[in-house]
Amino acid sequence: MKISRRKFFKIAGVAGGGSLLGKAKSALGVERFTGWPDRFGVLTDLTRCVGCRSCEAACNEINKLPPPKVPFEDQSVLEKERRAGAEYYTYVNRYTDPKNKGEWVFRKVQCNHCDEPACASACLVKALKKTPEGPVIWNEKVCIGCRYCMTACPFYVPAYEYSNAFSPNVVKCTMCYDTRTSKGKVPACVEACPMEVMTFGKRKDLIKAARKRIMDHPDRYVDHIYGEQEVGGTCWLYVSGVPFEKLGFPMDVGIKPYPEFTRGFLSMVPAVLVIWPALLGGFYMFSKNQRQRGEEEEERS
Amino acid sequence: MSEYVGKANDVQTWVRERLFLGLSLKAYLKSLMKPFNIVAGIIILIGLPFLIMRYTQGLGAVTHASNDQPWSLFLNWGLFTGVPLAATGYIMASAVYLFGQKNYHPMVRPAVLTGFIGYLFAVIFLLVDLGRPWRLPYPMIGYFGTASVLFLVAWHVALYLSTQLVEFFPAVFEWLGASRFRRWAIGVTVGATIFGVILSTLHQSALGALFLLAPGKLHPLWYSEFIPLFFFVSSIFAGLSVIIAESTVTSRFLKHRYSSQYLARLPGLTLGLGKAASFVLFTYFALKIVGLAHGHHWDLLSTPYGYWFLVELFGFVLLPSFLFAFGVRNGSVRLVRFTAFFTIIGLAVNRFNISLIALNWQLPHRVFFYWKEFIMVITIITIEILVYRWIVNRLPVYREHPQYQEVDFEEDLQTKKAMV
Repeated sequence: MKISRRKFFKIAGVAGGGSLLGKAKSALGVERFTGWPDRFGVLTDLTRCVGCRSCEAACNEINKLPPPKVPFEDQSVLEKERRAGAEYYTYVNRYTDPKNKGEWVFRKVQCNHCDEPACASACLVKALKKTPEGPVIWNEKVCIGCRYCMTACPFYVPAYEYSNAFSPNVVKCTMCYDTRTSKGKVPACVEACPMEVMTFGKRKDLIKAARKRIMDHPDRYVDHIYGEQEVGGTCWLYVSGVPFEKLGFPMDVGIKPYPEFTRGFLSMVPAVLVIWPALLGGFYMFSKNQRQRGEEEEERS
Repeated sequence: MSEYVGKANDVQTWVRERLFLGLSLKAYLKSLMKPFNIVAGIIILIGLPFLIMRYTQGLGAVTHASNDQPWSLFLNWGLFTGVPLAATGYIMASAVYLFGQKNYHPMVRPAVLTGFIGYLFAVIFLLVDLGRPWRLPYPMIGYFGTASVLFLVAWHVALYLSTQLVEFFPAVFEWLGASRFRRWAIGVTVGATIFGVILSTLHQSALGALFLLAPGKLHPLWYSEFIPLFFFVSSIFAGLSVIIAESTVTSRFLKHRYSSQYLARLPGLTLGLGKAASFVLFTYFALKIVGLAHGHHWDLLSTPYGYWFLVELFGFVLLPSFLFAFGVRNGSVRLVRFTAFFTIIGLAVNRFNISLIALNWQLPHRVFFYWKEFIMVITIITIEILVYRWIVNRLPVYREHPQYQEVDFEEDLQTKKAMV
């Protein structure tokens, strides 16, 4: 077989160089992670919520968000089920109470601050980060605006400033990381709530508290802590008097941490980078050798 | 004095020969006044204001991208459909250079060029769609989100775009008359081809793997652990079909750019590609069935989404597979060519299903896209076609450059070695 050493190195260099490059970046991947041990969270007891929207007002103020189209005192916004928007981090939705006719139940929605966030694993520039304290935060300085975090989020939380041409932001709850929780204060919405719907604390303590509430009042709560298992666990937890699916909670999110869904694919990458050059280089040598032999035979005959 | 005149004349000749197709500026401009160009010009004039709006008033002014459905037509078409359709380069280059299918050698350059332009415009679509497009190089310059599939896509698309440029260099250097550079470019062909196949395998499948992160959002019939494999295998028949379709169109409208030998061989080569496409389509069909069995969502087949899934699977995968096979068997180049266009539509249907229609299927009140987005996509595709035509009208793509004619690829390597 006619292959000069020089040429071998050339082929190996181009193909192999690329594989090294790829390997260095993808083999790192994400490692098995079961959540930061001392992370904080919020337990939301929906049986206490009256839909007054005080949390929305407090959130708007602390995060210096634009003034609302409908004042926070106005309950008419509750007539329609709201979804994520670029003007607010949190919102309250109203649902009919399946247990008591004519009554309402409410759900406060915001980022659930997953233990292993889909958004952070989706971000190709690490603009989204899970802090050891619990909040999932977004870095304005590196975001390129691909919006994969929004596609990845199972709870439809992140919103985007589509009408901003020059510095559009990803908009989502930060659990008041910069303004309050990193300074030892509770999130603004938790503090503002007149009904003490929310409790801020270490997640492990909140789980215990939630279990106790359900055990002490089995007639009042459904036997489920939303966020304990969902997507591998979230820092924002809910207990409720009515089944969660009646309150618009996504029930098909599973209990597997989302980064796991792409881990298998990413771990296959280094293998392809090694096997392909060898295999394809082999095919090349093979077909070339065969051709040369054919030519030699032709010459002989 | 006369020397300077001579130089000026040289430049003039160079410009006239290389850029104006041998015509004077006036004659060249006059030659542009053809119906096709006028229609293309009108489309661009209509689309341009929307592009300006997008960069001055934000994506919200021209797209229907919402917080629930963040990816618009720009990505559905430009990335998720455009990239598999641009798989032409790695398929033809590997068939000819790695697997020794030398009959197809004249198809390599058009295929590599189609691939290169396809990727270039995928990047252009990204620049339209990204919220902060000027940060596009961030994943390469220090912000490494290594856990993200999109990080892999970004790197690989960038690397593959460069690789395809290198693969196309021989044509560029022949055009410029730079023989030494051309020899160098020919010398790296095999390495570049192998590198290209690695990159293509990974990013074609990675485009599918992006949706692995949306298990609750993508309809269970389309969501599958095998989705990276689906995307990779479908890029093969997509690329093959685009090569057939592209040669069908150009051998008709740009016939004078073809060498007579290539033109004579084209029907035979088309049948060969059709045979390959039929086989790959059938493999893909089998894979989809395996995926369906693995997902175990048979009950969903009798819902509206299920019917649509079956239309895609039988109408746009199995049917073209048979049509290709039938066409090849009966030696009907026409049928093979028709099926190639049909398969391209089928691929687009699949990618639109995954990135638009079956995504967020449970949400109420969905709007898929806005008419302004559609006009912008048509505008960018028009520019894409013009760029492609500009290049094939000037560079030796469908025929060998007279100066380098009949220089076989292998021989070329040998001469190069002898020189070293």
